[in-house]
Amino acid sequence: MSSAAPPEVSAAAAGELGLADIARARWEAFKGGDVGSVPVIVGIIAITIFFTAKTNIFFTAVNFSNLIGQMAGVTVIAVGIVFVLLIGEIDLSVGYVSGIGSVAVAEFQKSGSSHDYPGLVAIGLAVGICAVIGAAQGSIIAFLGVPSFVVTLAGLLIAQGMIIYLLGNEGVIGIQDHQIIDVANYVLSKNTGWIVAIVFTALLAIGSLGTYFSRRRAGLPTGNLLLTVGRVVFYGGLTFAVVAICNHSRGVPLVGLVVVFVVVLFSYLAGRTTFGRHVYAVGGNAEAARRAGINVKLIRILCFTISGACAGLGGVILASRLNSVDLTFGGGTLLLDAISAAVIGGVSLFGGRGRVSGALFGGLIGMISNGTDLVGSADWIKYVTTGTILLAAVTLDTVARRRQATTGR
Amino acid sequence: MSATPAPPTLELRGVTKSFGQVHALRGVDFEVRAGEVMALVGDNGAGKSTLIKCIAGIYSIDSGQILFDGEPVSISGPKDAAKLGIEVVYQDLALCDNLDVVQNMFLGREDHDALYRLREAPMEQRTTETLASLSVTTIRSVRQLVATLSGGQRQSVAVARAVLWNNNVVFLDEPTAALGVAQTRQVLDLVKRLGEQGLAVVLVSHNLSDVFEVADRITVLRLGSNVGVYEKSATNEQAIVQAITFGEQAAEATG
Repeated sequence: MSSAAPPEVSAAAAGELGLADIARARWEAFKGGDVGSVPVIVGIIAITIFFTAKTNIFFTAVNFSNLIGQMAGVTVIAVGIVFVLLIGEIDLSVGYVSGIGSVAVAEFQKSGSSHDYPGLVAIGLAVGICAVIGAAQGSIIAFLGVPSFVVTLAGLLIAQGMIIYLLGNEGVIGIQDHQIIDVANYVLSKNTGWIVAIVFTALLAIGSLGTYFSRRRAGLPTGNLLLTVGRVVFYGGLTFAVVAICNHSRGVPLVGLVVVFVVVLFSYLAGRTTFGRHVYAVGGNAEAARRAGINVKLIRILCFTISGACAGLGGVILASRLNSVDLTFGGGTLLLDAISAAVIGGVSLFGGRGRVSGALFGGLIGMISNGTDLVGSADWIKYVTTGTILLAAVTLDTVARRRQATTGR
Repeated sequence: MSATPAPPTLELRGVTKSFGQVHALRGVDFEVRAGEVMALVGDNGAGKSTLIKCIAGIYSIDSGQILFDGEPVSISGPKDAAKLGIEVVYQDLALCDNLDVVQNMFLGREDHDALYRLREAPMEQRTTETLASLSVTTIRSVRQLVATLSGGQRQSVAVARAVLWNNNVVFLDEPTAALGVAQTRQVLDLVKRLGEQGLAVVLVSHNLSDVFEVADRITVLRLGSNVGVYEKSATNEQAIVQAITFGEQAAEATG
């Protein structure tokens, strides 16, 4: 089958699968309800074509790097939501908890106050506070068994109240600290951008090929070498394309790198560590997880802690983007955008299914908001479209789940 | 019964367990030896499930003694049971549908390095070896999601998980309840193989033809106490049915 590979390679790889076999297996899985990222990628392409036809500013380098800045905050919040959804719970508080993060980071850098800390310390404190809020909510859910829907709804209201209280008299805090402003506004020099692309691609190649060859050494089925190389080439190429487009305008925004780092870090946590495995187990069958000796309560608390911390970091990014924090922070459609991003990215509301990288794809749904603003269409179109896509995503998830259950018999 | 030098692998003496006014176990004695398949039978409400859950550490016993290899032990949680090498394969299997075969086999006991990174290759290898040692050949790929497996395959995975950990005692709770003829065959063969591998196997079942096919001895529970222990070779299905429904005296009268 793999005639391109040297003979000794195809001979040595006992578990080497042909491309046709892999394609067939994928197609079977697809029919069985495991649609993966396919619908969201199709959606992104459709949206791109639609807005490119509507306006000539949509498909430009400037708008591309602008889009990265717009989706960054929501995407980071969505990464945290993924963990909560994976254990089959929900976190409605992330919007206003991210608002707390915004207020905290602004407060801790306020010059002339008793707590005028350097930018990075302020960021750390903001993320830490939000993580503690998440842990507190998670503890109530895990130990007392109060439904997460209610606990986080209460958390939402309390956080909103705290924001109004903290911003009280002034109603707005300006951000002067350069480190904090840089989070969303710093742009990498063009050469640095290229170096990032090279490093990223190299790490990807080392990771993928490392897995391939260690599995082959162990005599396990390896997948297909061509496909592995092809995947590295595709994602590497994509990275270089993104850097090229960004460099065409001002350069790669630092915040884009932050988002990629968060997504990669938490993908790793979810996919490659015992903690991640236990998260999926709790979401799939909490009783089975408990009987297997997994500390289900601890996993629940940690997932809500991650959700809180990510909300905090998202809040920092949003505050940094506007250089100030006011009473609108944490409100609006932020919560629903973040949950939509996770769900549209293929994370099941029923728990146990989905990937962290889904948040990144789902975040790209921010393209709709960006596009409608550029086209100058009325706000109602934005809401109706996003709502329709969300409904479609959840319907797809429900149908996929049912199909997976039926193909099992 | 003649005295044997080695103590039973697992022994219960006068174990009681109540839930409020309900006395689920009223002084139950039970034992199982290495290399034998001990059947545990009884009508609904006889206390079979409670007994299993006490041994698995899900319930704690009110009074009585649990002995392991002749030594008294206390089991206060699933981890204690696991440490002793007692594994329970539940009726509802306790598998995660959204995880694959390897992930389920190692659930809660994953092979990881110092940084808690999973070591997938050795886990996959051991899964394949264990399934092969039990002659489970129907599972196409150990990377299949459990959701895509048939009832018999799922049962095989659950049993193989018990074997993977070099357990001493394996409890099988109604392993054939939901299975078709061919799949029941598969699982019963698997149960026999477990005994041959030197494990102490406890088969909990309603199905007496299954019991008589694989068990060496049979313990009968009735209303929370044990009616008696019967050598399979020295009894028959009718006698066991008598014991299950009417208790010891009736069984002795017919047997």
